[in-house]
Amino acid sequence: MVAIIRKELADYVTSIRFLGFMLLVTVLSITGLMAAAQGIRAANLPQGIVFLGLFTTAGVQVPIPSLSYLVSLLVPLIGIALGFDAINSERSSGTLSRVLSQPIYRDSVINGKFLAGVVILSIMVGTMLLLVSGYGMRMIGVPPTHEEVIRLFLYFVVTIFYGAFWMGLAILFSILFRRVAASLLFSLALWLFFSIFIMLIAPAIANALVPTAEGVQAEVVRNYELQRTILLFSPNYLFQEATTVILVPLVRTLGMVTSSIQPYWLRNPLSLGQSILVVWPHITGLISLSAVCFAVSYILFMRQEIRAT
Amino acid sequence: MSETLAISAQGLTKRYDGVTVVDHLNLQVKANEVFGLLGPNGAGKTTTILMMLGLTEPAEGSVSVLGFSPTREPLKVKRQVGYLPERVGFYENMTARENLRFIADLNGISYNEANQRTDEVLKMVGLTESEIMEALGPKRKIEKTVGKFSRGMKQRLGIAEVLIKRPRLVFLDEPTAGLDPKGINQLLDLIAALPKAGTTVVLSSHQLYQVQRVCHSIGILAKGKMVIQGAIDKLGREALAGGRFQIEVETENPGEKLIKVIRGLKGVLGVEAKGNVLSISTEADLRRQVSKAVVENNYPLIQMKIQEFSLDDIYMKYFREE
Ligand SMILES: Nc1ncnc2c1ncn2[C@@H]1O[C@H](COP(=O)(O)OP(=O)(O)O)[C@@H](O)[C@H]1O
Ligand SMILES: [Mg+2]
Repeated sequence: MVAIIRKELADYVTSIRFLGFMLLVTVLSITGLMAAAQGIRAANLPQGIVFLGLFTTAGVQVPIPSLSYLVSLLVPLIGIALGFDAINSERSSGTLSRVLSQPIYRDSVINGKFLAGVVILSIMVGTMLLLVSGYGMRMIGVPPTHEEVIRLFLYFVVTIFYGAFWMGLAILFSILFRRVAASLLFSLALWLFFSIFIMLIAPAIANALVPTAEGVQAEVVRNYELQRTILLFSPNYLFQEATTVILVPLVRTLGMVTSSIQPYWLRNPLSLGQSILVVWPHITGLISLSAVCFAVSYILFMRQEIRAT
Repeated sequence: MSETLAISAQGLTKRYDGVTVVDHLNLQVKANEVFGLLGPNGAGKTTTILMMLGLTEPAEGSVSVLGFSPTREPLKVKRQVGYLPERVGFYENMTARENLRFIADLNGISYNEANQRTDEVLKMVGLTESEIMEALGPKRKIEKTVGKFSRGMKQRLGIAEVLIKRPRLVFLDEPTAGLDPKGINQLLDLIAALPKAGTTVVLSSHQLYQVQRVCHSIGILAKGKMVIQGAIDKLGREALAGGRFQIEVETENPGEKLIKVIRGLKGVLGVEAKGNVLSISTEADLRRQVSKAVVENNYPLIQMKIQEFSLDDIYMKYFREE
């Protein structure tokens, strides 16, 4: 498997795709910094979480989305780009036959490609975080606290898990579909579904099942809970919630808060341990989604016929 | 059996969506010989090879490759077996050397050893640096990527890759396809030399006149069934002496019992009943034994015909589509 990881990495690093990725990382970092420069003062963050604001504040006068939002949008695409042609391109170019007639287990091909992808992903996300941290520190003149460093690291890990999930899904499609175009289209379709359509569908379904026309408080709550339950099936939503809790400690709960309580809401950040407690289900959710992708990939690939045509 | 067998398959069967493409194949390949798996396109040659490599699972039957089962012990088989696929493909952005090194890496061959073996096999197949340079033009000095290789060069690189693990057995699927006559001859010379180095060769082809000169034994496959199998010199002799026979016997209402008796005769390969006519295929002229069996079982012997097939006839019969 080490041999496969080594070859895949060498492949990536010399490929145009990787160059594109690095360009993307640079552009993302600059955009994020610009957004923070615009909005961080207006955000008026309490002491101790100012540094995190570099990653979460959006531009105010000029509407530039925050870095964490851009990442949540683009990391799946990077994951897909790393995985959508993993198996089927090797199948159609006839190299898979040769590789699988060597004394290696079939799953080590998937694992090797996956792990190489994770390494590339880590390099990209890591570079981005370091770039923004470095320039951001000079910009705002506030160093991160210990807790903020830990939170950023957590954010890094969750982002890698998230990208890895999409890569796993793309690899699954590359096993399922013989044509590269098909696996790419399906991966993108799923990404669109989970990042946009589900946001439209969830309220529609919830409104149909639990009408709130009467404005009864209990119904409004049930409607909201239903929406959220539907949304929790979306890895995009899981990731967005998780990163919000990790990077914006002011967010205290992910459930519904009625407007009657909101004025009494304390504006002090949640402790690190509390935040982890809140996002723990999200993290395990992301991991189990990846595990499902993998399990299906293994089952399909183990018994698949490898024919060089 | 005194000679060791590299491959032995019993009742090997493969179906795709209910269509049988390899049908109860029995196959023996002796160690240190070149075995030609011959047959027209679509006969099931590639499928048979894939089953022997564990790259697809048989529906029925069993196969033993160098004493191991490809489905249950794939790694033990693949450690000692090389495979050149029908449409060989390489990582086109890498050089010949890099491609070979990757395969060596997958086989757990150390870096120094891999370098040494790479030199060795590239020399064997005629793809040394100067030869590559000659083929691709002297303009670029450094190693050339495989993407620029001609079909023949890729085919030779495929052989080099198969040999780098020093296999005891190699499967070459249509190795001569797409080569010019000179290339074919070079390749066949290379293949012919392998048994002396201790490597058994199974090569498939749909052009048997092209490859038969290097084969010690052949098996002819048609529609998934083995039509004829044996040492080529013996088949040749048989062909000269009259070859295989087809005896047709006309009688009245032949029963299961009679068919069973005839099937039990020594040298009978198969019996088929069509109405009152029994078609019996045999290895030798068994007219006397067959007629005796018919009469002794109280059936009338109305008519009897014998037809001879030479190896050439068999070739013609199954390769007419070509
Ligand atoms: N994956 C598949 N699904 C259905 N039929 C197949 C498949 N692969 C091969 N076949 C059929 O099996 C038969 C044997 O194919 P193959 O073994 O490739 O023949 P050969 O190598 O002798 O030309 C052909 O008729 C082919 O159409
Ligand atoms: Mg074939």
